[in-house]
Amino acid sequence: MDDLTDVYNEIIMEHSMNSYNKKCLECASCCKMGHNPNCGDEIKLELKMNGNVIEDMAFSGHGCAISQASTSIMIDTLKGKTIKEAKEIIETFIAMIKREITDEAELEKLEDAIVFKNISHMPARVKCALLAWHTIEDMLEESNSCK
Amino acid sequence: MKVEDIIKDFPILQNRKETYLDSGATTQKPYQVLNAIDNYYKSYNANPHRGAYSLSIEATEKYEETRAKIAKFINAKHSEEIIFSKNATESLNLIAYSYGMENLQADDEVVLSIMEHHSNLVPWQKVTKCAKSNLKYMYINEEYEISDEEIENKITNKTKIVGIAHVSNVLGTINNVKKIIKYAHKKGAVVIVDASQSIPHMKIDVQDLDADFLVFSGHKMLAPMGIGVLYGKREILNKMTPFLMGGDMIEYVYEQNTTYAPLPNKFEAGTQNIEGVIGLGAAIDYIEKIGYDTIQEIENEVVSYAIEELSKLDYIKLYITPNKENHSGVISFNINGVHPHDVASILDAEKVCVRSGNHCAQPLLRLLGIDSTCRASFYIYNTKEDVDNLIKALKKAYEMFKKYIKS
Repeated sequence: MDDLTDVYNEIIMEHSMNSYNKKCLECASCCKMGHNPNCGDEIKLELKMNGNVIEDMAFSGHGCAISQASTSIMIDTLKGKTIKEAKEIIETFIAMIKREITDEAELEKLEDAIVFKNISHMPARVKCALLAWHTIEDMLEESNSCK
Repeated sequence: MKVEDIIKDFPILQNRKETYLDSGATTQKPYQVLNAIDNYYKSYNANPHRGAYSLSIEATEKYEETRAKIAKFINAKHSEEIIFSKNATESLNLIAYSYGMENLQADDEVVLSIMEHHSNLVPWQKVTKCAKSNLKYMYINEEYEISDEEIENKITNKTKIVGIAHVSNVLGTINNVKKIIKYAHKKGAVVIVDASQSIPHMKIDVQDLDADFLVFSGHKMLAPMGIGVLYGKREILNKMTPFLMGGDMIEYVYEQNTTYAPLPNKFEAGTQNIEGVIGLGAAIDYIEKIGYDTIQEIENEVVSYAIEELSKLDYIKLYITPNKENHSGVISFNINGVHPHDVASILDAEKVCVRSGNHCAQPLLRLLGIDSTCRASFYIYNTKEDVDNLIKALKKAYEMFKKYIKS
């Protein structure tokens, strides 16, 4: 990619450098670490469930702007969603990054997370963008333990 | 030879517009190496040591000639002290399994520097755990160097093996391996030198160093990937058991037992990477043609200029020793407050190739309190213009991030 201002845009920069989602939850239902061993990015996701609904989420950790912003924006997107809705959004996000989506309308459900669309053109950074999404995917799979 | 003439020998530098500053990871290859490999397949390809026909004999001769060339290049006493491997990692694993596993006893110590590449570290964790021996580290001081006191504190009468990188792939620090070897020998330990980051840049003399083992990879010194070298003193290699078993490393094979071939074949099981060996031979010819004096002259000028220019940017933190004579062609740095991967991506968009990450040296980075750096590494084809491109791209990266950086 020649012009990175599409990637390092205002929303990604704000979320990566000064995220309001970077904190600890007081009464999390469960938490999980996500790690990219090759680059050292490390996040801890905390999740608070209310029945079937993701009531609150937060993260801590360190990593590049892409991984940190992707985590923060994911939290904004998934908060208040049911497990079923969240799983659909996660699937769509991963498919978008892997360039598997042909119908652009499908991307609407991603809300702000659509800003990561251009990452699909930067193979070296795909795993940065996906770290949090793979981590939450595993958490929801194990969601029975998230009560 | 001038750098402008050297550049003409590297087709990729003509074909691509990139500013290549990642020679510490792998160097680009000159025509001389590419042609030698091409010529091998076109003129004398056969399986060496196997056929009674002249083509195979010719391939065997070239293979063994290159072994002798490498022995001379690093001033080994005997040609059979040169063992071909896949890369430095395989050479180090061979030493760990064939020497370490057989010789370490409970409570013995293996001493490594904290700046070792994972390849000279992870195998020793496994071997020391199996042998119930202890793994200790020589740490760096605030100048990113290992002090004499640290060497003398860590290498003791219990130390049986010392592993040391000649040049750190993160810091560029040139370790005083001669001194370490002398001290370790006084304590009765053998020393393994990882010369992967030094041999492209400086003359190696295994007899002068008195190294017991020395390893390097071909691809970091203009040769193709997949070829590496293990040097070991003959008397030590003779006592060691083979690492990999198979064809060509045997003498007699019975149903239940086997006797092994003498050196060097004992450690070269299976068909070897002949094109790699031929390429490495051509790379050595190329390095010798230019000469280490010229190589160092070119590199010193560019690396000094890079340090000077990087030092002008107050938002950049450099991880290099202030003692210039102890520093090679590797510069690790970070833009304060910006993650190295983001910096490397922005540099990539400006067609500047640097490495970012932990450089296979996690314990060192943990000691430094960071999890990654950007790394620019230089070789004979780099120019001041390359440095200017790097600086320009770094300024751009900083401009993109500066209003968001937390103070």
